[in-house]
Amino acid sequence: MEAYPVLDQKDTRSGFGAGLLELGRRNPNVVALCADLTGSLKMDAFKKEFPERFVQVGIAEANMMGIAAGLTIGGKIPFTGTFANFSTGRVYDQVRQSIAYAGKNVKICASHAGLTLGEDGATHQILEDIGLMRMLPGMAVVVPADFNQTKAATLAIAEHEGPVYLRFGRPKWPVFIPAEMPFQIGKAQVLVEGADVTLIACGHLVWNALKAAEELATRGVRAEVINMHTIKPLDEEAVIRSVTRTGCVVTCEEHNRHGGLGDAVAQALATHRPTPQEYVAVNDTFGESGTPDQLLKKYGLDTPDIVRAALQVLARK
Amino acid sequence: MSTTPTAATATKASISELQRIASQVRRDIVRQVHGVQSGHPGGSLGCADYLTALYFNILRHDPANWDMDGRGQDLFFLSNGHISPVWYSVLARSGYFPVSELATFRKLNTRLQGHPTTHEGLPGVRMASGSLGQGLSVAIGAALAKKLNGDDRMVYTLHGDGELQEGQIWEAAMFAASKKVDNLISTVDYNGRQIDGDVEDVLSLGDLKAKWSAFGWDVLETEGNDMTALVATLNEAKGRTGKGKPVMILMRTEMGQGVDFMMNSHEWHGIAPNDQQLAAALAQLEETLGDY
Repeated sequence: MEAYPVLDQKDTRSGFGAGLLELGRRNPNVVALCADLTGSLKMDAFKKEFPERFVQVGIAEANMMGIAAGLTIGGKIPFTGTFANFSTGRVYDQVRQSIAYAGKNVKICASHAGLTLGEDGATHQILEDIGLMRMLPGMAVVVPADFNQTKAATLAIAEHEGPVYLRFGRPKWPVFIPAEMPFQIGKAQVLVEGADVTLIACGHLVWNALKAAEELATRGVRAEVINMHTIKPLDEEAVIRSVTRTGCVVTCEEHNRHGGLGDAVAQALATHRPTPQEYVAVNDTFGESGTPDQLLKKYGLDTPDIVRAALQVLARK
Repeated sequence: MSTTPTAATATKASISELQRIASQVRRDIVRQVHGVQSGHPGGSLGCADYLTALYFNILRHDPANWDMDGRGQDLFFLSNGHISPVWYSVLARSGYFPVSELATFRKLNTRLQGHPTTHEGLPGVRMASGSLGQGLSVAIGAALAKKLNGDDRMVYTLHGDGELQEGQIWEAAMFAASKKVDNLISTVDYNGRQIDGDVEDVLSLGDLKAKWSAFGWDVLETEGNDMTALVATLNEAKGRTGKGKPVMILMRTEMGQGVDFMMNSHEWHGIAPNDQQLAAALAQLEETLGDY
């Protein structure tokens, strides 16, 4: 069962960079802003080809969010680029007042999210950003699974009217979503069908969920894998449809167990169809330095952790 | 309550006309704040002359055909959003929305929220403000959009002096000079007062002119409650745009200007007059355009 072969190993941030460059060519209103992390965000190609539409703001993220909000007045579609920590927690009030409350069409593009940032450690490994952003009224929250999907998502959010938080990461990661697979904000993707347990994942952990499903299959457990690339608006129908068949669910995310994908799914299920659920998420702690693989293992986000959670939730059915 | 004429906006009002409009704006301010027993009269009164001069003499704008993008129009951003009563009055008197709507200030379901917002679709307002320090960045973004669009109109901002204690202001100040955002005219309401007392005591701004100059801005100073000086300075500022530097006007005002018992103190920053105080205030302010 290798429904999704590894096509390549690429970082999702490069998917953002590729998408942004294509957007620059397609849409003259697309403007990019960066706070001294152009290389890290893979925005170099856009900057080189469209220097007049690239704004280097320096290490001043609050100012960047305000400038982005102002650029929408005049019809621009600004894409801000910095690390996830500096895109959310550092500038929460600017995002809240000048972008979300003001209803501005800003695309907040955030790299180096979660533990897989690696050796820089907990100061930079934000694990609270999905929660922060999904609490803001009107803010869409998109967490694509691989390079191809991050590129597709970058293109898609330009067409979406309103503020968006796009979260991606640093490490090279398996590319397994076919480039031609359609991407629609708010529309979950059932990657593998199964009848026993639903695995709902976002970001890097979609790959781990696929691997976990393979492992579960060897034990006779048929896992359904859903790529929930949009946390908000959540595709509640897809969640309910799946758990109606499977009767239990595991949510998988590179985020604190508070406020993220797991809570979004739990909220939908508690309201519409109470269902046993296990969380694969960081257990309300900060991260630390280490390689991405080491950190995913230590903090319980690896494939065997998903398998274990699936067996646990199956026992609760 | 009556149907109230709006002041003409198509032509530039003269100094004497501006002074008459400003008197009505001051009445609108104290009446709005009294009507809901909430709001910020002090700074609003201090900036009544500035906003009147801006909207009735300086800005090239078209209230009847307002839209969010404002292409081909001068834009104004109120960064110190708590002085919303003065802005709402001037917007209404300019024709952006009915003057009678001023009676809804801060009341449930109003478009005239305590702090200005785009959220309720009030014409004339392009950004939410109230959490201080954010308006300069927004104005810079709008000014950059104008440059990208080949639009030669200006972007104006107003800030409180206490607001300059917010760090984001200085991020924006550095950016505007570094990137030569020279279609931007900012003004600081330099009244020397903030909620907790004198700015000098709360957190001194030091030599403000030297600070803005050192940040690379072209700095002007004016008396913000002297209509003749104010209009001259705003015109001087317009003449200094397009020369590679953002322009800053340090505008000396008196908090509470026009109502004697609200002046010379920070006490009226954010409290409302009672019935007797309203009557005493209105007695000092001529009704020139008809109360709403």
